[in-house]
Amino acid sequence: MSYKRKDLLGMIDLSSEEITYLLDTAQTFCEINERDVKKVPTLKGRTVINLFFEPSTRTRTSFEIAGKRLSADTVNFSASSSSTTKGETLIDTVKNMEYMHSDVFVVRHAYSGSVKFISENTDASVINAGDGLNEHPTQALLDLLTIRQHKGDIKGLEIAIIGDITHSRVARSDIWAMKKLGANVRLFGPPTMLPKYIEPFGCRKCATMEEAVEGADVVMMLRVQRERQGKLLLPSTREYAKFFGLTNQKLNLAKEDAIVMHPGPINRGVELMSNVADCSRSVILPQVSNGVAVRMAALYLLGLKKGGQSENTAEKL
Amino acid sequence: MKTLLKNCKIVNYDKTIDGNILIDGEIIASLSASADEKADKTIDCKGKYVVPGLIDMHVHFRDPGLDYKEDIISGSKAAAAGGVTAVCPMANTKPVNDNSTITKYMIEKGKDFGVCDIFPIGAMTKKMDGEELTEMGDMAEAGAIGFSDDGKPVCSAEVFRRAAEYASQFNSFVISHAEDKSLAGAGVINDCETATVTGLRGIPAESEEVMVARDILMSKLTGTHVHICHISTKGTLELIRWAKAKGLNVTCEVTPHHFKLDDTELLSYDTNFKMNPPLRGKEDVEAMIEGLKNGDIDCIVTDHAPHHIDEKNVEFDLAMFGITGLQTLLPLSLELVSKGVISMNDFVRLTSYNPAKLLKKADRGEIAEGKLADIVVVDTEKEYEFTLELNQSKSTNSPFIGKMLKGAALYTIKNGKVVFEFPA
Amino acid sequence: MPSKEIMNKDEMSRTLNRIVYQIVEDVKDAKEICLVGIRRGGAHLANRLNEIFKNEGYTNIQVGYLDITLYRDDLTTIAEYPVLHGTEINFNIAGRHIVLVDDVMFTGRTTRAAMDALIDLGRPEKISMAVLIDRGHRELPVQPDFVGKVVPTSMDELIEVSLEEQAGSDSVAIHKKP
Repeated sequence: MSYKRKDLLGMIDLSSEEITYLLDTAQTFCEINERDVKKVPTLKGRTVINLFFEPSTRTRTSFEIAGKRLSADTVNFSASSSSTTKGETLIDTVKNMEYMHSDVFVVRHAYSGSVKFISENTDASVINAGDGLNEHPTQALLDLLTIRQHKGDIKGLEIAIIGDITHSRVARSDIWAMKKLGANVRLFGPPTMLPKYIEPFGCRKCATMEEAVEGADVVMMLRVQRERQGKLLLPSTREYAKFFGLTNQKLNLAKEDAIVMHPGPINRGVELMSNVADCSRSVILPQVSNGVAVRMAALYLLGLKKGGQSENTAEKL
Repeated sequence: MKTLLKNCKIVNYDKTIDGNILIDGEIIASLSASADEKADKTIDCKGKYVVPGLIDMHVHFRDPGLDYKEDIISGSKAAAAGGVTAVCPMANTKPVNDNSTITKYMIEKGKDFGVCDIFPIGAMTKKMDGEELTEMGDMAEAGAIGFSDDGKPVCSAEVFRRAAEYASQFNSFVISHAEDKSLAGAGVINDCETATVTGLRGIPAESEEVMVARDILMSKLTGTHVHICHISTKGTLELIRWAKAKGLNVTCEVTPHHFKLDDTELLSYDTNFKMNPPLRGKEDVEAMIEGLKNGDIDCIVTDHAPHHIDEKNVEFDLAMFGITGLQTLLPLSLELVSKGVISMNDFVRLTSYNPAKLLKKADRGEIAEGKLADIVVVDTEKEYEFTLELNQSKSTNSPFIGKMLKGAALYTIKNGKVVFEFPA
Repeated sequence: MPSKEIMNKDEMSRTLNRIVYQIVEDVKDAKEICLVGIRRGGAHLANRLNEIFKNEGYTNIQVGYLDITLYRDDLTTIAEYPVLHGTEINFNIAGRHIVLVDDVMFTGRTTRAAMDALIDLGRPEKISMAVLIDRGHRELPVQPDFVGKVVPTSMDELIEVSLEEQAGSDSVAIHKKP
């Protein structure tokens, strides 16, 4: 098994074998992150550009650390997603970066599909660090790696994803990947935050929080992004916490050994109560550690140009 | 000058006859001329259909002001290549066609080039701001054929009501691009499963239907003819049916892309499938076909919306809405004929006869003695690739470029002159 | 592809025993050494050597495994991404005498990579190298300290070490490259 694509754009394109291979590779990188000397020379002389067209600190930092631990030269480029204010088209920006002889672009962009659009217009490898509402594949990989470390096999697990599903690229990537690996996924959130056409996810849509959490092996809470989604989707964070937030009491409906996950940053007291976030079942911080390992794996598999070996297999659905 | 079209299968909305058409100057002189009739030019149409020139009630020619996308010359050429001999350009030019000076400019420029008649649609409100009425009387006198704030639908029911009332004084009508912008929100494609899969924001069908309902009721209130633009949903068609059953003065149109393509095309994130209204679901496409078949839909239009490549080769959310359509109108509509959905006569009714009636242009829409010699010789069997060389528009934003098409205008005759001949 | 067996199961077993005796003889405090096998072949051999040490009464020798893939200098030239097996050294190597174990020593590049990888984990007091087969053709100034068998080869030959753990049986064969 191997990973032969030029890019890592989304979990929806990948086979379960490819996902497993990425996870296996990521697992071997965990050990490096625990050493005193957290660095291997693998990507020495390679240039990784973090092209962030949307503000981000943690994902960008995680990628930057991952690149540095592989000895790549990592450079951050930040810009706004709206090309009209920049006066330069997205592709012109990308081509400029490419002609500085970059090997990998790690791209975050506010619009769905724009990372795929970039990958179609550059010879460099592209890793999607989040495109609009669409996908955030390395987040899904780190979630899966964390689940695997705690639960063993993903297959057959009951996973609840709760919160703003419609506007969450984390939810999309997680759902595609978890379904491919054989998990049963349940979704719950305020009706204003659930897609009207939910069937393609192949998940169970729950009517209540209790139904979503009951008997779950994994409870994943999504971040409420009130500033981004405006005030029409929920009246107040107080009310959100009351009906859609995870409390200890609700968590008690899950399996005894259930784990609690969150892509971060947490809104304490909104989607996640502090005592839940900090309890022994919370694996939120291990998720963060695994994020570095997963991104190292992605950079390792895409960062070395194999003479003529990489195939751009970005599939049309 | 006389032109003879011999051995024609002449298709009108009501019947198909064999005949030889003699054109004298700009007018059809006879349908029963002798095959040996002396003429300055003779075209043998054996085995081909001869139809009245197509009338496209909904185009964007971007002239004045946005001529890097299209102008009246290039737009006319694209029309002629598509068998279209008259078009109604929408008012969203720069500046907006909200006064008689611009209306006259458009008509004259079209006339000077002489390939396609331009019947401009004037803006309903000044600058299409949805607030103050335009000088509809003045514009109608200058040749504006109807009134619409296409693309920037009038939010206020009051303003729409007054515009409809006022337009009726000048024997004109209003055209509604039915869209509740607040409900459409930041949507870029149909709200459907594809939206869920791609993470592209959805525009619900109801954002169209809610406005269709309102504007039908505005027709009821004012008695003015309200024409609903580019309908795209099954629900809209049900509302139209209701209006027609009530005897309200409501008509509607559909574009070929809305009866040909569905929203699964958007899985590719190809911006040449981004248009407004968006491509809808399979059920909606079927409803459109059914509406064409049973006559609920009055005409087929293109909503020809040229955009520069730099406005399309960008992030999906930032790409402009719209595709070109003049050169694909005929093949895509004929596909319905070859599939047996509609007859050749229906095709003529939808693309020429009905539009002429709606626009109150009694001199066209039929091949008959005394009518304007706007005629298209159609080869329904011709298969060809829609290449960039064939494309006459300044813009290339069509998902059909590079695709195989079947059915073409072999000759387009405008006012008795051959203005287009399919390249050998 | 002409092929010749140059070591059978028994010979391999004797050779490994001999390597242990060499180590015991040369190293002052043999019970203090750590064995670190280079994945994949060297890792199995490190386990074998440890078994022999145990039989000789050295029961507390620590064994670790090193995946040197990330340190290879030829990653861009090989066709496929090697599968990563991960480094597993669950003891502190600082101040220890590490005996690296590999199946074949050839150009010396693997050994170079192994030393780099090891030093990133800490500062050993000393690193020695034990190999089953030394086939020559060094491209770097490194030499093994403990050698099972020296096999002169030409560049168009391949040495194939088969081990019970991977291949189901023990043998070493020499092939002509096709």
